Amino acid sequence: MQTLITTHNLTKRFGDFTAVDAISFEVGKGEIFGFLGANGAGKTTAMRMLTGLSHPTSGEASVAGFDVYRQPEMIKRHIGYMSQKFSLYEDLTILENLRFFGGVYGLSRRQIKEKSAALVEQLGLEEVAKKLTGSLPLGWKQKLAFSLALFHDPQIVFLDEPTGGVDPITRRQFWEMIYAAADRGVTVFVTTHYMDEAEYCDRISIMVDGKIAALDSPAGIKTKLGVQSMNDAFYQLARGAQRSE
Amino acid sequence: MKAITIDGISKKYGKTQALDQINLEVEEGALFGLIGPDGAGKTTLFRILTTLLLADTGQASVTGLDVVKDYKEIRKTIGYMPGRFSLYQDLTVEENLNFFATIFGTTIEENYDLVRDIYVQIEPFKNRRAGKLSGGMKQKLALSCALIHKPTVLFLDEPTTGVDVVSRQEFWEMLRKLKEKGITILVSTPYMDEASLCDRIALIQKGQLLSIDSPTNIIQQFSKPLYAVKTNLLHQLLGDLRTFPLTDTVFPFGEYLHLTTKQQLEEDQLTIFLQNKGHQKIQLHPTKATIEDCFMELMTN
Repeated sequence: MQTLITTHNLTKRFGDFTAVDAISFEVGKGEIFGFLGANGAGKTTAMRMLTGLSHPTSGEASVAGFDVYRQPEMIKRHIGYMSQKFSLYEDLTILENLRFFGGVYGLSRRQIKEKSAALVEQLGLEEVAKKLTGSLPLGWKQKLAFSLALFHDPQIVFLDEPTGGVDPITRRQFWEMIYAAADRGVTVFVTTHYMDEAEYCDRISIMVDGKIAALDSPAGIKTKLGVQSMNDAFYQLARGAQRSE
Repeated sequence: MKAITIDGISKKYGKTQALDQINLEVEEGALFGLIGPDGAGKTTLFRILTTLLLADTGQASVTGLDVVKDYKEIRKTIGYMPGRFSLYQDLTVEENLNFFATIFGTTIEENYDLVRDIYVQIEPFKNRRAGKLSGGMKQKLALSCALIHKPTVLFLDEPTTGVDVVSRQEFWEMLRKLKEKGITILVSTPYMDEASLCDRIALIQKGQLLSIDSPTNIIQQFSKPLYAVKTNLLHQLLGDLRTFPLTDTVFPFGEYLHLTTKQQLEEDQLTIFLQNKGHQKIQLHPTKATIEDCFMELMTN
């Protein structure tokens, strides 16, 4: 299987504090990879390195075929990224946002036009496409932000707590969009505080104090720890954590 | 006397109806949960009850005091922890606590009993500035500050949002202990699994209360047949179940899908249906509803 992310002993230190401590894993094409951990375990730092925003202290990593030390700009161009904090411009219309981000990612005018039309239709946004993005309900904003993260057809998308605070039905519709993307071959790297969502991932890793404490399929992790739910698995691993944020 | 009474409260921001005719009572000494997603109206309701915002219509009182007429009295007697902690970032842990005690005309020593269990966990860092604390520690300090004047009613607006499972569990244990000391607590959360830790809950969505009852009663009122289903092809199962004639709703629920049906199911009938679609390792059994199932049922009604 083709791998989209490879890390080997990836480490980040701030002074004498080791935020990420020699993590190694691989993520394959079309895989949904859940990246879990307690507050302060090092998830955000690890994600910043993988998205080309932070230079590692040591170790190796490549994302979408590009090296995190030498080619961070290439990584940024070839990945999608979406955070819980809504990143679209609220005072632009939906179409204007699509045009803007399409331009940032270097798509041609024609591509932007075609892709915008397709996206608006697919999300059923025809009636509101020319309205200000800020007027959309939260659930719609998150779906739009996800679609926009995929606008330039990246091979891999990073989702940082994409469903925080979203209502339970929209949260599930969001996961159906993730499934659909994965079925098309997009690799999905996702963080969440909802333990039921950990179950929707093909594999998950749980970080504790900068290290990966468990890495397996959800079923595999539960079996190994002898627990019934992901909640219990997480609790058992993270309870012993020495540090918080 | 009720700790909180809300009678026909509505609030609009421009065209947006943030709260629509809310009626609610909270008993003295209760741990009451207001459960709903972002944008449901939870914070607006908190701000009205804590006298920081005026409702358009309706009345509300806290420990018998009217939120409009008696706002000064209410401010002296309640504790409020907003979603964004209102700590002074450039004061130390101890200075923050001391400050909040002083403006309420009391001292840390006088009410130390109430905050001891929580404060001892952050006391090793009492000389650290609040801005330098971790999220979990800020949460504990903010709770200590909201408690230090021994409030009769404690308002906690999304204290566990974005916090990991371990810290959430610890926080709820602290709330349990405070309840035992007789403090009424109104707490809001977007996490449905926290509902079961409350005595009573109100489910809120788009400014309206969908249901008010104990978690157990809300679960008992779930009206449809509910099944947990799992096969070797989980992504495909979602679409396939939607084409099954008796299906009402299908939602992912952890490692299973939750299926509600229009009538009781002949389980063999569904098993054969799924086998014909190529599914193997089919697991199908009736299951008990959770608060999240109930919330989704009420949302779609």
